[in-house]
Amino acid sequence: MWPEASRVRVFMPFPGVEVPHLCAQCQDYPCIEACPVDALSSDPDTGAVIVDREACISCGACIRACPGTVPILHPKDNKATICDLCGGEPKCVEVCTEAGYNALTIVNEGPSIHRKLYSRNPIETAKDLAVNLFGEKGEEVIE
Amino acid sequence: MSPGGYAGKWLDIDLTNGKIDDIKFPNKMLEQYFGGRGMATKILWDRLGAKWAGLNAYSPENLLIFATGPMTGIYPGARICVSGKSPASNGVVGSSAATEFAVEIKNAGYDGIIISGKSEKPVYLLVTDDGAELRDATHLWGLDGEKTLIKLNKEITEELQTRHPNVGLWKEPGTMYIGPAGENRVRNACIMTKMCHAAGYGGYGGLMGSKNLKAVAAKSRGKFPEVDAPETVKLLWDKAHKELMKVTRFRRWGTGWLGYGAGADTSSEPVRNWQEEWHDEASMGVNRYEDRYWVKKKWTDFNCTLGCMKVSCIKSGRWKGDITDVPDYELQAYCGTNLGIFDAGDNVHISTLMDKLGHSGINGPNTLGYAAELYQRGILTEEDIGFKLEWGDTEAFDKLAHMMAYREGIGDILAEGTYRAALKIAEMKGLDPSETLKYAIQIKGIEIGAHGTRSDKDYTHDMNYAASVQGGDHTSVVTDGYSDMSGALFFDSAVYCTFTSRGPSQQLQFDFAKAVTGFPITIESWRRVNGPRIITLQKALLLLGGPDATWEPLKDDDNPERFYDPLPTGPYKGEVTDRERVDTKIQAYFDTLGWDERGIPKKETLDKLDISDVEPLMAKLRR
Repeated sequence: MWPEASRVRVFMPFPGVEVPHLCAQCQDYPCIEACPVDALSSDPDTGAVIVDREACISCGACIRACPGTVPILHPKDNKATICDLCGGEPKCVEVCTEAGYNALTIVNEGPSIHRKLYSRNPIETAKDLAVNLFGEKGEEVIE
Repeated sequence: MSPGGYAGKWLDIDLTNGKIDDIKFPNKMLEQYFGGRGMATKILWDRLGAKWAGLNAYSPENLLIFATGPMTGIYPGARICVSGKSPASNGVVGSSAATEFAVEIKNAGYDGIIISGKSEKPVYLLVTDDGAELRDATHLWGLDGEKTLIKLNKEITEELQTRHPNVGLWKEPGTMYIGPAGENRVRNACIMTKMCHAAGYGGYGGLMGSKNLKAVAAKSRGKFPEVDAPETVKLLWDKAHKELMKVTRFRRWGTGWLGYGAGADTSSEPVRNWQEEWHDEASMGVNRYEDRYWVKKKWTDFNCTLGCMKVSCIKSGRWKGDITDVPDYELQAYCGTNLGIFDAGDNVHISTLMDKLGHSGINGPNTLGYAAELYQRGILTEEDIGFKLEWGDTEAFDKLAHMMAYREGIGDILAEGTYRAALKIAEMKGLDPSETLKYAIQIKGIEIGAHGTRSDKDYTHDMNYAASVQGGDHTSVVTDGYSDMSGALFFDSAVYCTFTSRGPSQQLQFDFAKAVTGFPITIESWRRVNGPRIITLQKALLLLGGPDATWEPLKDDDNPERFYDPLPTGPYKGEVTDRERVDTKIQAYFDTLGWDERGIPKKETLDKLDISDVEPLMAKLRR
């Protein structure tokens, strides 16, 4: 197990306020645009961002370009790491089903301008979620 | 090379001079003591055993230990075990809490942390992949738990983001911290984590406060240690998970169903400082919490597939803004019925208050309830307290909890925990100590968990607490000196959760342990050798006790007087804990473990368990 190597991370800046943080597949792919060595591309079938790990120079331009600061440099080899939807058969969905939770299912929404809205800094998202959960008190719990 | 599941080293920190070392323990010691409670007990014995009886728990020499185990984070339900010479019992308590701090230190390369000395100024410890450092905590000292956590999360995340800006966003650290109660050395204060989780028993919050250590925090980008047989571990994890999925009651309610059930059904719930153990108040029904206060019905700690936690929030009324978990049964009882409070909202409030102040939600309100009974009986007066302390008066208990945390007025005496407060109040009032101790619901300085023995219908019976080396700790009650060695003692040493240990068979859990570590570990070896070795060492240190309180062998291995009074109400009215059965079973327990009739470990037992170095001190006690 390697929690910080995961392409899906869950932030919890305040107990109970959990924010899954992963690639939302923006329609205009600012990360791909930003890569100085063309190491990033999009999968035509799934829309996922694919990283050419050989080509990646670990500059972090994709992280800075992402509206949600989603990509990470892998703790092992320092290469850009972004959810690739496991080629269309996501393991997270598989394991959630196997485990009997059935919280995750695959949906095919197609491209949408709204996707980019979901690529957001997790602390900002958490601030909204906190108010949703705790009402007025939620305004105070994340600095 | 370290065995599977171990990161391989520990942090050894002296706060007096700020010295931080990495140390390693031999593989044989790991195999014998495993981790968590076992390792902590052995470390305490090795370093402090010879001077134990004279060592004040608040002396800088005392150790505060945070210990993971080889199964931590790998078996479902990650926890950490906190220990040291207990300010409450003067023995060793393995006090566990569910926290990602355990996972973070392990991934950073550490199995545990040993902290000695005392810092001149308030500090907190930060462990990262770059090692450990002590950071100024002057700005955090005095803050309640909630504010401490909010500030730590922001401060540490920003610091790591500044140090390593290129790798992406840094997630929040794992943290454990104390509130004002710990800072002010309240003797039964706890160490908090995740706002509403606590290492509660043992009074380690006060020990942490005595070291001027406000918090410990860790954030790592590292991976878990390798296990010995990865495929087997995966298979066994799947099996454990499938069993845990069947524990539907915990998934749905946590232990929240018991706030009504332990009163109405098994009649084993503390009501008004245990004067009764029965109530039939639907207002304490779990549905009242669920319908009005639960804002989140699925919440878990790392690698937990059980999910017994629910998040409660009060959004309107006088306690608006309170946030805590379920509350679980223990806090429903101790922050509710035991104070004569039968309102779910008021119960959520007192539970939240305990979290914020850093009182243990069991031990702290045990003392509050004790004070209220003394008030009821006229031993403590309105003049002593400063206000009326009637059962069910939430505002009065709120006020008294603050006074305890800040040691104001009568709070200064109550901050010594129920046992010592009883002695001090007797002295103050010119009474014989027996006159105040008879209402103190504690065993050897540890207040008793919210499960009574009189009805005999709960999981706690006759000598379960009385014979335990952890006194009133309801999470490690003893039964026959045999099966409990492979139960609580084991999962406190392997370090995982008591609730994820229920469902999967013990055999599965020991197969898991073997697959993780590669040690030839079995249920039998834990029941006959490893377990008795740790418990016997804990017993030896508890018997040495001191210097402010020592326990008389056998005489103090007993229930509070009240447990022998007939239940006054409910379906089991008239039932008592059977004293003869207590006496008989304690002797059988001692005999099984190779202790003499007063509970002092015999020489041949110490030799057999490879702890012969304990013998000289035990020989003195036998005289």
